Amino acid sequence: MSQEAIPSLGGYSEAALDQAFAALAHEVEASAQSLTSAEAVEAFRLHWLGRKQGRLKSISDAWLKSAPVEAKKLIGQRFNQLKAQIESRLESATGASSQNALDAEAIDITLPGTHRALGAEHPLIKTMHEMVAVFQRMGYSVGVGPEVETDFYNFESLNFPPGHPARDTQDTLVVANQERKPLRDRLLMRTHTSPVQIRTMEQQPPPVRIVIPGKVHRNDAADATHSPIFHQIEGLCVDIDVTFSDLKGTLDHAMKEFFGSSVKTRFFPSFFPFTEPSADVQISCPFCGGKGCRKCKHSGWIELLGCGMVDPAVFGFVQQKQPAYDPKKISGFAFGMGVDRIAMMKYGISDISLLYSGDARFLEQFA
Amino acid sequence: MKILSKWLRSYLPQFNVTDRQLADDLTLRGIAVEGVFDLGADGSLFEMDITTNRVDAMNHYGIAREAATIYGLKLNPLHPTLPQATPALKPYPIKIEAPELCGRFTARVLRNVKITQSTGIVAERFHLLEQKLISNAVDATNFVTMAMGHPTHAFDLDKVEGGILLRRARKGEKLKTLDGIDRTLDPDDLVVADEKKALAIAGVMGGWDTMITPETTNILVEAAWFDPGTVRRSSKRHLLHTDASHRFERGADFNAPPVASALVSSIILEAGGEIGGDFVDIVIPEAERRTAKRPAIAFAVSEAQRILGATEDRKGITASAAKAILTGLGCEVSADATVVTSSVEKNLDPSRAVSSPIANVVEYPVKLPSWRLDLEREIDLIEEIARVYGYNRFQNTLPSFEGAVVELPWAEKESTIRTTLRGLGWTEAVSSTFCSAADAAAFAPQPNSAVPLGNPLSEEAGMLRPSLASGMLGMLALNLNRDMEDVMLFELGTVFHGSTDRVEEKPSLSIGATGKLPLEGPHQPSRELDFYDMKGSIEALLGKFSSKSIYFDRFPSDSGLMPAWLHPGRSARAVIDGATVGYFGQLHPAEAQRRKLKQLVFVGEIYVDRLYRQNLRQPVVRELSRFQAVRRDFSFILSETTPWARVAEALSALGIPELQNFEVGEILSDKDSKLVPAGHISLLLRTVFQATDRTLQEEELQNYAQRVVTAVEKLGGKLRG
Repeated sequence: MSQEAIPSLGGYSEAALDQAFAALAHEVEASAQSLTSAEAVEAFRLHWLGRKQGRLKSISDAWLKSAPVEAKKLIGQRFNQLKAQIESRLESATGASSQNALDAEAIDITLPGTHRALGAEHPLIKTMHEMVAVFQRMGYSVGVGPEVETDFYNFESLNFPPGHPARDTQDTLVVANQERKPLRDRLLMRTHTSPVQIRTMEQQPPPVRIVIPGKVHRNDAADATHSPIFHQIEGLCVDIDVTFSDLKGTLDHAMKEFFGSSVKTRFFPSFFPFTEPSADVQISCPFCGGKGCRKCKHSGWIELLGCGMVDPAVFGFVQQKQPAYDPKKISGFAFGMGVDRIAMMKYGISDISLLYSGDARFLEQFA
Repeated sequence: MKILSKWLRSYLPQFNVTDRQLADDLTLRGIAVEGVFDLGADGSLFEMDITTNRVDAMNHYGIAREAATIYGLKLNPLHPTLPQATPALKPYPIKIEAPELCGRFTARVLRNVKITQSTGIVAERFHLLEQKLISNAVDATNFVTMAMGHPTHAFDLDKVEGGILLRRARKGEKLKTLDGIDRTLDPDDLVVADEKKALAIAGVMGGWDTMITPETTNILVEAAWFDPGTVRRSSKRHLLHTDASHRFERGADFNAPPVASALVSSIILEAGGEIGGDFVDIVIPEAERRTAKRPAIAFAVSEAQRILGATEDRKGITASAAKAILTGLGCEVSADATVVTSSVEKNLDPSRAVSSPIANVVEYPVKLPSWRLDLEREIDLIEEIARVYGYNRFQNTLPSFEGAVVELPWAEKESTIRTTLRGLGWTEAVSSTFCSAADAAAFAPQPNSAVPLGNPLSEEAGMLRPSLASGMLGMLALNLNRDMEDVMLFELGTVFHGSTDRVEEKPSLSIGATGKLPLEGPHQPSRELDFYDMKGSIEALLGKFSSKSIYFDRFPSDSGLMPAWLHPGRSARAVIDGATVGYFGQLHPAEAQRRKLKQLVFVGEIYVDRLYRQNLRQPVVRELSRFQAVRRDFSFILSETTPWARVAEALSALGIPELQNFEVGEILSDKDSKLVPAGHISLLLRTVFQATDRTLQEEELQNYAQRVVTAVEKLGGKLRG
């Protein structure tokens, strides 16, 4: 900045002084416009506040020297104000909150953030919780039962005849050394969650609404879609006047809750020993909207549930402990579905064994 | 099973529905058409999947009956026309010696027949079904099976020696069956025999010696009804699953034999020959009573309405709809209704019982068709009505409900465990329910309490897991083998103890970790996780439960009180309100070596059944002091054998209410600093003093500080200068 001429004072009246200082203040502002580099800031400081050649000093020396005594105080006050203004400009150009200082502190915000990774929810457990929650909202309480069951609860009370193939050790994993016991007392790994239906009804008179999530086992060789360990969700509703149309409405509503309101259901006759009438339920494919895709094998429909009206024979078994389950007075429905299949479908998992592997590369995708 | 739409239509004179529509309608009624193949002018071929309880529908006539019922159409009866029998001296001698195994046996003799190639309808339909033609006689029996589902058999009569006997096989008796295999029979096998030898395993397969050959001129046509259980056992015993056994063992139609015999005979006779003598039909009344003449069952439309509910027209199942369906399926609904009065309780809770209206239930006796042995009870008829009416024609309704939703007592606790651990970086896993005998022995909390399976999937899965730790180690090993080196897992699952007589199940929690902490990002160095990371997570978890005290300790390695699979110096027991809730720490190096784990592994098991005895901690807010808190740091030199827990206990024992908090700031060992004497540590103790009612004065603070120093000095500590 070049040395500029010292402006002359127009007089010592307050009005004259104010005018002269206003011009100086304007000059300060003008010269403070481009304080974007450290060099410019230093030049500004030297120009105005330099100890020997500073413009402020030069002007004040000149003006005060010739000023009458009574005006010196007025001039001094105005110089102090002007100095404060200059210092404030310097501060805002160089202080901690100055643009320059802030720019110097800038970081690369595109680098990834720091966080301690969250643990992941297991896809099976997540699916199970979501499905259970759907039924809880519909008035169902959660029921549970043992994974090691007796033949009575797993088969007999569910109306499986003595020679039924499911009872074969080809299909069912059994606890060792059961041969000498009566058939109904023999211990086995439950093959479905249905025994909890019986256990619940034995303990509680109607009405009953329970949803039963759980782990089950079968003597199945493992492949991409079979595992000796898998999970089911079972439901049971027993009351006066519970009908097949109620079963339909309940499952239709639940499937819409879980998969989205555009999903449709359709029911096909089927056979289970413990329900009659029995049905298989298909839902319109929630992935393609029923147009046909890989997940629904291009049929537009996916088979998802087995269900039916509780067989009177099942109530007959329960009546031995809870007489209120008189099949002539009450009725009920039951339904069941495989959690693994639903989770696999929902998340595009092609191999069921991944669910039971503990492979972190697989599981961490669900975090 | 393959079905021709053209064949179906031959039984349905009024039928005018497309094949595709028929396939859909059948499928929706449980007669599943899996595939429809267009045969052009010959209609369609249906690939069917009939459930095993519907043996009556495993043929064309049975499916035509379903179609007739669905659409309310006329079904042509099966009426084969036969020429007059040429008189024989006497009927062919037949004797049922085992009436408990053979309920009905019919025989018709055909003489001077011509064994030739099948022609006409038989040849045409076999061609469409890609069924191999054998000869007119054999094809006739197969044709009739496909037409009406009843298996029959044709014997070369000239190879039969004397009268026919239905008897149990003799022990060790031999028979070469049609497949050319010599079989040794069992007294539980029913055989069709002549006076000298067995001719066939009844209902399973005919014999080699009496089979139809091009030279055959005289035939005996067998059409019979055999006991389902007997056929099933013979089929299983001889590993001979035939089309005939498949049908007989599921219960054939007791009334079908005369019709089937006539159909077979009429087809064979088309190529020439005549009927030799009267038709022989022996019926065992006892078997007939169990099948064709079963007692009628009572059926009430009101019961169907009670079970099935609202239909699309909101009327529910009407009496006329129910009767039309049952009649179509072959039931005879009697007009003689009985009125049964029953009180219907409209409330299950006697305390709130409303006046019970009296309902009149109108019951009709229903006679059941001989081909539907699967129908036994009223509910079976209700199912048939729902099925044929169409499941999807019922409304979607929701039942009313007065009960309450009850949560499992531990539901919130279980959910707290999951969310807490996930928040701390632990990922949930699910492992096998089973483990090896070696792992069961190594990890069971009590010896000899593991339960073996009777038919394990493999030796490695021979036991019900008594602990989740072995499964956890398996999962960590799998990850290390797949080069996933930084893993933190937990599993919530069931463990099993007891004996093969009584198995006790408990919920358990395992946690396992290896590698580096999951501190992600380039901004700070990560580090190997250690004992204290696992302990910290367990502390956080236990801290979610209310308790008077939580502490961690360990016992000497020779005490037998710590699990042998943990490193004795780097493992701990967790105790909450005096109850052991689990063990955790670094895996014992010997166990790590046995499992070939290439890096340090930390593992623990929490007995959540014990944890669930505690309530979840309910936060109670402490009033915040308005007065200044004062921080004081102390640096002590302590013997390295003095555990922190003793320092902490000593400080707590001071009972200074103003000592709001104290914690370990830093620990330096003699290796970290030259200023620390050998065998000692330098411990930086950070304290915070604060009163709730006043600002603390310097004299007070000095007094407290002195008491802190004295307390640590009593443990052999020295304040560093």
